Formats: sequence, C-alpha cells, structure tokens
Amino acid sequence: MDLSSINPVVLIASLMVAATPILLAAIGELVVEKSGVLNLGVEGMMIVGAVSGFAIAVTTQNPYLGMLAAIVAGALVALIFAALTQLLMANQVASGLALTLFGLGFSALVGQNYVGIVPPRTPKLDFGPLTDLPVVGRIIFGHDILVYISLLIVAATWFWLNKTQGGRVLRAVGENHDSAHALGYKVTRVRILAIMFGGACAGLGGAYLSLVRVPSWTEGMTAGAGWIALALVVFASWRPWRVLAGAYLFGGIMVLQLNLQAAGFRIPVEYLSMSPYLITIVVLVIMSSSRGRRSMAAPGSLGRSFHAAG
Amino acid sequence: MMTTPLLSLQGLTKEYPGVVANSDVTFDIGEGEVHALLGENGAGKSTLVKMIYGLVRPNAGTMRWRGEAYEPHAPAQARASGVAMVFQHFSLFDAMDVAENVALGMDNPPPIRELAAKITEVSNNYGLPLDPDRMVGDLSAGERQRVEIIRCLLQDPQLLIMDEPTSVLTPQEVDILFRTLRQLRAEGKSILYISHKLEEIRALCENATVLRLGKVVGKADPRQESARSLAEMMVGQVLHQPSREAAAPGKTLLEVTNLSLPPQSAFGTSLKEINITVRAGEILGIGGVAGNGQDELLGALSGEMRSAREAVRMAGEPVGHIGPTARRALGLLCAPEERLGHAAAPDMSLSENALLTGAYRERLVKRGFVNWGKTRKFAERVIETFDVRTPGAHVAARALSGGNLQKFVIGREIMQRPSVLVVNQPTWGVDASAAAAIRQALLDLAAAGAAVVVISQDLDEILEVADSFAALNAGRLSAPRPVQGLTMDQIGLLLGGAEGDSDAAA
Repeated sequence: MDLSSINPVVLIASLMVAATPILLAAIGELVVEKSGVLNLGVEGMMIVGAVSGFAIAVTTQNPYLGMLAAIVAGALVALIFAALTQLLMANQVASGLALTLFGLGFSALVGQNYVGIVPPRTPKLDFGPLTDLPVVGRIIFGHDILVYISLLIVAATWFWLNKTQGGRVLRAVGENHDSAHALGYKVTRVRILAIMFGGACAGLGGAYLSLVRVPSWTEGMTAGAGWIALALVVFASWRPWRVLAGAYLFGGIMVLQLNLQAAGFRIPVEYLSMSPYLITIVVLVIMSSSRGRRSMAAPGSLGRSFHAAG
Repeated sequence: MMTTPLLSLQGLTKEYPGVVANSDVTFDIGEGEVHALLGENGAGKSTLVKMIYGLVRPNAGTMRWRGEAYEPHAPAQARASGVAMVFQHFSLFDAMDVAENVALGMDNPPPIRELAAKITEVSNNYGLPLDPDRMVGDLSAGERQRVEIIRCLLQDPQLLIMDEPTSVLTPQEVDILFRTLRQLRAEGKSILYISHKLEEIRALCENATVLRLGKVVGKADPRQESARSLAEMMVGQVLHQPSREAAAPGKTLLEVTNLSLPPQSAFGTSLKEINITVRAGEILGIGGVAGNGQDELLGALSGEMRSAREAVRMAGEPVGHIGPTARRALGLLCAPEERLGHAAAPDMSLSENALLTGAYRERLVKRGFVNWGKTRKFAERVIETFDVRTPGAHVAARALSGGNLQKFVIGREIMQRPSVLVVNQPTWGVDASAAAAIRQALLDLAAAGAAVVVISQDLDEILEVADSFAALNAGRLSAPRPVQGLTMDQIGLLLGGAEGDSDAAA
C-alpha cells in the first residue's frame, strides 16, 4: 500500500465538504432532541431536501434558490411529523420511521425526471490572496458558502441554547415538560418550532449533498447520512461543539475510506462504513456506565408525549 | 369601613366533563394574612389555585385583586399582578443549575451572573442559603424547595401560594420554612397555604377555608380549633382513630444483618450496613426524607435487588440470594411506593394486577395456565374487603384514584396472609379516611402475628402505627428505638443523621 498518495491538506479540505451534510442535519436534530422530541425521520427529510433543492436549482439555474427551497421543503415534511406527534399524539418512533420511508419514496417519485442532469455549479468563495495561502488557504478559505454557514449555525445554536432565555426554555421543555407547562411555557408550540428547525437543517443538508457534494440526483442518494446524523447527536451527548467534532470525525472516516481504497489499502470498505455506528455504540456504553454528571445524559423528556393536564 | 382584601374570590366554579372540581367558591385573603386552604385529596384545592395562578380558567365567578377585576389567562399575567406559586410537585429541571431554574420562573430574567448574585443575597436574607451554581438534580428535597421559594421571592410577590410545602421536609426544615414565612408575613405579604397537615396550619395560619368535594364547607380560625375538629370538617364525618391491642412479640421473622448494596442507578443511594430485626406481631417504622435509600431498602427486602445469602433471613432461613417470587412463596411480601408502574401495571385490569403478585400464593396459576375465574374472585375479595371504590375488577388500574388504588395494592398483599409485609409510603397521597383504613389493616395484620415494616416519610403515621422507630439517612439505618416516649425533636435529630442524644448535629 502507498499512503504517501494521500495528501493531508486535500484530505482535510474534502472532509469538511463531506461532513457538512451530516453536520447540518445533526445540529438540527440536536435542537429537536433538546426540546424532548425524537425524530427518526432525518433521512427522509434530508432526501426530500436533496430532491427539491436539486429540482428548483435546475429549473431556476440558481443553486441558492435551490437551497432555499430545500429548507422550506425540509421544514414542511417535518411539519407532518410535528402534526402527527404533537397534535395527534402519535408515537414518535413509528412516525419518524414512517417519515423516512415516505421521504425516500416521495423523493424517488419527484426525482424521476432529474436523473442524469448536471445542476448549476455552487461557486467557492474567493478570499483573494488568503485563498492562495499554502495549506491554510486550501483548508480555511477554499470552500463554498454553505460550509461557513454550517459552522455559523453550530455557533449560533450553541449561543442560543446556552446564553438566551429562549434556548433555556427549549432545554427546560425537553428536560421536564410537566414542569415547563406548570411554569406557563407552551410545550407543544416550542416543540413544533424545534421540529421545523430540525427539518429545515436536514433539508439544507440534503441539498448540499445533491448540489455540491455529489453533485447530481440519484434515487436514495443520502445513503444513510440521516442515520449517521442521528447517531452523531448521541455521540456528541447533545452538545453543539461536539456535534461539529463528531461530524468532522465521521466525515474524515468517509473521505479516508475513499482515499484508502484508492491507495490500494486492503481493508473491506464495510468496516469503515460501519465505524460511525460502532463508535456511537461505544460512546453510549461509556456514557451509561459512568455514574457521572446529569448534564451529560439525554434530555429528561426525550421521546415522551406531552398531554396537558387540567 | 372594611379594608379591601388583597384577593377576593366570588362564586368561582370550574367544571370538567363529568366532574365539578370547584363549585361556587367564595373567600377573601387579606393583606399580610396567612390563609389556609384545607381539604382532602380531590377536594378541588389544586384546581382552585390553578385558577388563581392563571393555569386554568373558571367557568363562572369572578376574582378581584385589591378591588380591581382580575382574570389571569396565563401564569405570566398572574406573576405580573404579584401572585407567585410554590408547586407541590416541584417545577424544577434536574439537569440545569439553580440560577437557570430561577431564570425559567421569571418573565424577564437579568443576565445569569447578576441573577446568581441576587439569588445569593435574597437566599441569605431569608435564611435559606443556596448556591446558584449547583445542579438542581444534586440537591436535597429541602434545598429544591428553597429554589422554588427564592424563584418566587425574586419577583417580589404580594401573594405567595404554597401547595403542600412541607410534605417532603424534615421537622427541622419545616421550622426554617416557617421562620421564613413569618418573616414574609411581617413584611406585609399574604400567603395562601395549602395543606392537610393540621398541626402546621394551627401553628401558622390565622384563617382557614375548608373545601370538600369542590365546595366551601367551613371557615374557621385554626388557632381556635383542635386538629380533630378541623379534620372532621375536612372529611365530613367522625374519624376513627386506628386502635390496636397490645400483643406480646413472638419469634423473630425478619432479620437483616450488615446489608450493604451499591447504588443501582446514577442518582440512587447505596445501602450501608443495614441491620433490622422484626418479630411476629411487631411493626417497625422507618422514617427518613425521600431519597435516603427507601426505594433501595424495599428493593433489597422484596428481592428485586439480590444481596449476600445471609444478609436477609426470613424466619431463620437465608433468602438474600433469591428473587421476589421465591420470597413471596416463603411469605415475604412487599408493596412499593410508586403505585402506577411499580406496585401496579397502569394499563392492566385489577384482576390482572391481582394475578401479578398473587399468582402463586393464591394458586391462581396451574401448570402455566391462568385460572381467570379464581383470579377475578381474588381481586373482587380485595375490592370488597378494602372498600376499593371501583365499578369492578375489570377496570384498568390507571382509572382508579390514588387512594383507591393504594387500598387495592396494600389489600392485595394483606389478603395473601404474609408472615412479613414491607410497605413503602402506604398512605402517600391518600385521603384521611382511606389512610386510617390502611393503617388499621396494618395494625390488624401485626396483631394476627405478622411482622410488618412501614417505610414512610409521614412521621405522624409512624408514631401512630409503629412499635419502634428507626431513621434512614444517606443509606444508613439508625438503631431502632421504642416509639413510646419519642419526641419530634429526637426524631428530627435521628433523621438528620445524629445517633443517640448527642447534640453534635444541632
């Protein structure tokens, strides 16, 4: 094998691109889970975002309009889930799985006419001389705008959750919805908004896949990215910065797996593909065995339906 | 001319489908008055305060705040008027720190650093010291209540509503709370104090309104009444004091020696060198503030948690290593605290719940097949003997009121003729007459020759039924003392972890 053919600078730059879809989807799901809702439909929301973003971008020849459409489409699909689980009190796990299956089927239907088409190119930002710097230029200043936006969303989510009253209320709703209700907070409203934010982020992540990362439309193209995003939230123990670290780690594994193959490394690809899940399981085991801080653990009301009493 | 009351309720009525929670409730709360709201569970106290706090809107009637119309439709509006509420079941968030918990109860909280400084200041002023940076999940029940109270005080309320504030406190913590409440009254603030602990109300309140089945059935000055007359006003009938005949204790039935167990969950308590001896005909009362190992002790006795073989003995036979079903077969039965989910399966019928613990002792199962006819008869016998108010044995456990379900789960064990019965919080959330019936049943069981262990946070209950008292504190059990001659102060010290009469723990 020949590892010298792997260029670390290119590797880091491309892992950032590879990680952006799961980073976006995971940060959205983090907010959803922090509000106490478990939405297993991330994969479905991503792929609906991917196809609608692709379709609008091709039709208008503007990638940014496509991404906007993906945000709206993701939020709308999430709204179905919100209506089912928050208003009709349907089971969250079953509804989330149904959402994924629905999203996969629906996107295949809509995407039939878009197979084999090349979408408009999403330009990389040009920071002038900065982009030309060796190493740093390629890693930090050589990306399209979505990479920066995803980082911004992570920072903003962290700030909002931990430093503002709104974020505090959202965490309170997820921690103990009965207490939050007793204090007069609108549990259902907070959760519906969180679910829609999660859908919007997942949709944008999906569009990034079909417009930048791949870029083309094929049926089922998310290929488990939504599930990795879900695993990532647990892996990160519901903390935004750890989600970023985890996304880049998992993104790195994905890129590395391609590079290793190209380098003739004789390890079955499947081992690397399953590694994010294996790592997540290990983290889960470590978390549940360490009798540690309560703040490490999952939101207290995660996955529980809220019925207002009295 | 009369002064305008702070809050005046006129004919408040709230109906839910099929139930009238409050009907034509009228009373006034004056400025600087500590007003007691008395009533049994289900009398409509909670609904009434929810209306005052804006969580529930009345169907009819009016409220006036200092003479002005007052119609809160959200807690934020009630808070803006000057009403604050300390909840019965705490409205706190375990995974957040004290300052954040306080911020969540405020409408426009200042930045968290400023708030933390203010919490420290106010909490010291009122003699309720509190560290704003601690996680609420790590606090004791008394400290958690302080968080609630401080949260209210920071809003500078005129009316403080307290819903059963002392149910989880040690006697010493109750004293601290009362000192704070008297200080608030001296500052001219009014308090609406909800409780069914009559001695407290007599010590604290100058006016009382008694509710029964949603209606005002009496008003009194609690300082002029006896606890008994207040209780009878609340219940609407003459109360029977549980009674027992003194019996000579028999041979030792339950013996626990040096039982130590590690905590079962991240926030559980470990048991440390527990020693218990209970003889036939004896009732041992185990007191302690919630979270000091009560659940763990019950689990270790019931067999849900195994221990060393010799650590638990039942009539001399080692049973520490065997599970609940085998222990049941030997006559060691338990009724845990949590009615729904631990003592009974909420969505299963009463017959099915009777089967769950009675299967083998009552021979309801034969060669793996359930004898449903016999099971139903057993459930019906429990229902009849213990006066469980329900349409029948086919009703789901969830549908019963707390008191009725409690009578059922305790009755289910007693009807199986245990030789040792362990109960945790047998009358928690149960109204006075049902509680008296359950206590009488425990006394009768002991009189019939069983050994009984009553784990309870209600000290009055222990003093009423138990022969000896031991305190559970941080997983350690004090040496048992005869209940006769024990004073509340001594009990308080035992609960605080002081052994003997030393004044070191003052």
